[in-house]
Amino acid sequence: MKDAAISDAGGLSFEQEAREGWLSWVASVDHKQIGILYLWSSTIFFVVAGVLALLMRIQLARPENHFLSPTMYNQIFTMHGTTMIFLVVVPALIGFANYLVPLMIGARDVAFPRLNALGFWAQAFGGVMLYFSFATAGLNLGGAPAVGWFAYAPLSEAAYSYGPGVDYWIIGLLGIGVGTLTAGINLIATIVCLRTEGMTFGRLPLFVWMTLVTGFLIVLVIPVLNAGLVMLLFDRMLNANFFRPSTGGSAVLWQHVFWTFGHPEVYIMVLPAFGMISEVVPVFSGKPIYGYEFVAASGVAIAFLSLAVWAHHMFAVGLGHPADLFFAISSMAIAVPTGVKIFNWTATLYHGRLRFTTSMLFALGFLAMFTIGGLSGVAFAAVPIDWQLTDSYFVVAHFHYVLFGGTAFGVFAGVYYWFPKITGRMLSERTGRLHFWLTFIGFNLTFMIQHVLGMYGMPRRVFTYPPLPGWETMNMISTIGAFVLAFAVLVFLVNVMVSLRSGEVAGDNPWNAWTLEWASTSPPPPENFPNGVPPVRGRRPLWDLAHPDRTDETLMRLAE
Amino acid sequence: MKHPMPDKTKVGVGLFILSEAGFFAVLVISYIYFYVLPSHGPGAASSLNAVRTLFFSICLFLSSATIHMAGRSFRLGRSNAVSTWLALTVLLGGVFITGQAVEYRGLLVRGVTFSTNLFGTTFFTLTGFHGLHVLVGLCALGTLLGATISGRLPNINSSGFEAVSMYWHFVDAVWAVIFSVVYLWPLIG
Repeated sequence: MKDAAISDAGGLSFEQEAREGWLSWVASVDHKQIGILYLWSSTIFFVVAGVLALLMRIQLARPENHFLSPTMYNQIFTMHGTTMIFLVVVPALIGFANYLVPLMIGARDVAFPRLNALGFWAQAFGGVMLYFSFATAGLNLGGAPAVGWFAYAPLSEAAYSYGPGVDYWIIGLLGIGVGTLTAGINLIATIVCLRTEGMTFGRLPLFVWMTLVTGFLIVLVIPVLNAGLVMLLFDRMLNANFFRPSTGGSAVLWQHVFWTFGHPEVYIMVLPAFGMISEVVPVFSGKPIYGYEFVAASGVAIAFLSLAVWAHHMFAVGLGHPADLFFAISSMAIAVPTGVKIFNWTATLYHGRLRFTTSMLFALGFLAMFTIGGLSGVAFAAVPIDWQLTDSYFVVAHFHYVLFGGTAFGVFAGVYYWFPKITGRMLSERTGRLHFWLTFIGFNLTFMIQHVLGMYGMPRRVFTYPPLPGWETMNMISTIGAFVLAFAVLVFLVNVMVSLRSGEVAGDNPWNAWTLEWASTSPPPPENFPNGVPPVRGRRPLWDLAHPDRTDETLMRLAE
Repeated sequence: MKHPMPDKTKVGVGLFILSEAGFFAVLVISYIYFYVLPSHGPGAASSLNAVRTLFFSICLFLSSATIHMAGRSFRLGRSNAVSTWLALTVLLGGVFITGQAVEYRGLLVRGVTFSTNLFGTTFFTLTGFHGLHVLVGLCALGTLLGATISGRLPNINSSGFEAVSMYWHFVDAVWAVIFSVVYLWPLIG
């Protein structure tokens, strides 16, 4: 009996977890607690990086402004980008995957619970290390890194970034990289090895499918970044020559290494959000997802293609016509599987019985906003357009439509959807709708105009600009939008805090959803399914349970 | 489900190895990237002794065979054979890493260092990271060997044993690539 419990739980005993109090959070190896830790750390860094964004928008509100010094501005945009990518988006997605994947596949925990805890803490301390770089300003050593999130050489080399800021950046990212990598390995092993009886790959919830694909991308490309970081660190610390043109090194090699990681990273940040949308949209449309196989397979196709598009970030380098052509075509090809997904979600909505919950509003917002970001991306893949618009505000607008309009809207849809499961209480729908509309308006106000600013020629990463016609008004609109967006985030945080205390009690399955996590209590007990996992005979086990006469299986047989 | 689930330890280590392969791929590609460019100062052809390294490499490749034999004895439950094969593996790995240390010393004495030129930078980074992996592998093998000698073989998890073996084969395979690229390429071209 004891042996069975141990093998079930992946090496942990139930006594170990019975300990209560705040210390249990530090020592926890439970996937749910670690998932919540990821989500909280992501939220904290989201607020920090959001404040950095507001500082930038204040500086840019007026031409020739002196609110921030140029050096400080450079540090702030570097930290904003690095934080949002490595400490906000990725941890939020890993946090949800950690919490939900074992529940969705009917497992007791992840495959390696201790490794899971190690990963979270490596990530958290990596984040602390990154922010510690600000403290070096006090020693007159230059403060935080000021090289942009992709830290192009030779700017990131010791000759041009003389302080330890970039070293903190490298070591911080190595710590975060270790965390992300272990999470990727853990999630894949969990999905491959710990599925409950009947949970075949053809029946996995699509969020689990997208987590699986993301896991493989993590395992393949995070080490590429790590190798590049180590090489840069050697250049700076040991006088190596990798990326230093002055001693024969190659600055372009850094770009190749970085973007070989960097572009798949974009899909690491968006595929799990696709997974969330694929859970939310069917439930609130009252229909199973349209073309399950296509949604899953197009995720795999996106992952493969994403490994072969990196140099579209480098068209301005001058790689030559054949390389430009190859990467333009491969980048445009990614739009095909992505478009397939958009059509699948739209077809799921079609003739559905729609419930416009806050979660659903964010999912619909995602569909619209992500499509805009995707389309500007396809335009960008055309080399001449890229040459014209690269390093302008058009780029900033484009990737914020993908990462905020896409991923963040998807994550908010996920938060409103799974908050009841995680906490046992509902988020307020009233405040939620306010949150959605403020976000929608603030986001579009901030970033839509930046497309135009970019086409007017405003370069990104400049701390100020001359009072050229139109620039002043457009920048002011963008700044006002940023404050509306910040207010929206405040509304969200208030909603979370209030609902945690006094939200409506959720019950096991408040949305009448179909996947296994809703079969457990809200929040689930440490052992997840104390009364056993419901039988899995199709893609919607809880639907089958509630409608024994109309199970997916019988419906499919009827259709045949 | 009719089919039993795959062993999670093996899957986990397999994924870890996949990630390591990505790491080494970048280092190897960076080595080649600079190797094919014209350069000044010491290079692979002028600084490295392929014949001597071949001897040490053969030791490492042989250790793949001995760890395989150790695994076979482990599955048959033959404790003595396991410790013999493991000891041989550790010995062969130890000879390899000693050989690498000797090679490094020779290079440093002749002024070929990390920062001399791109050959120094890429050579020491690539072979150094591989040597680090050999050392980690030796620690894991040493742990298994210690447990076997002290009679705790039945306590060792079979997939744990398998995991160390997989990792060691991987370290050898990476060396096969490095040896071909760094030592053999200059001989043919």
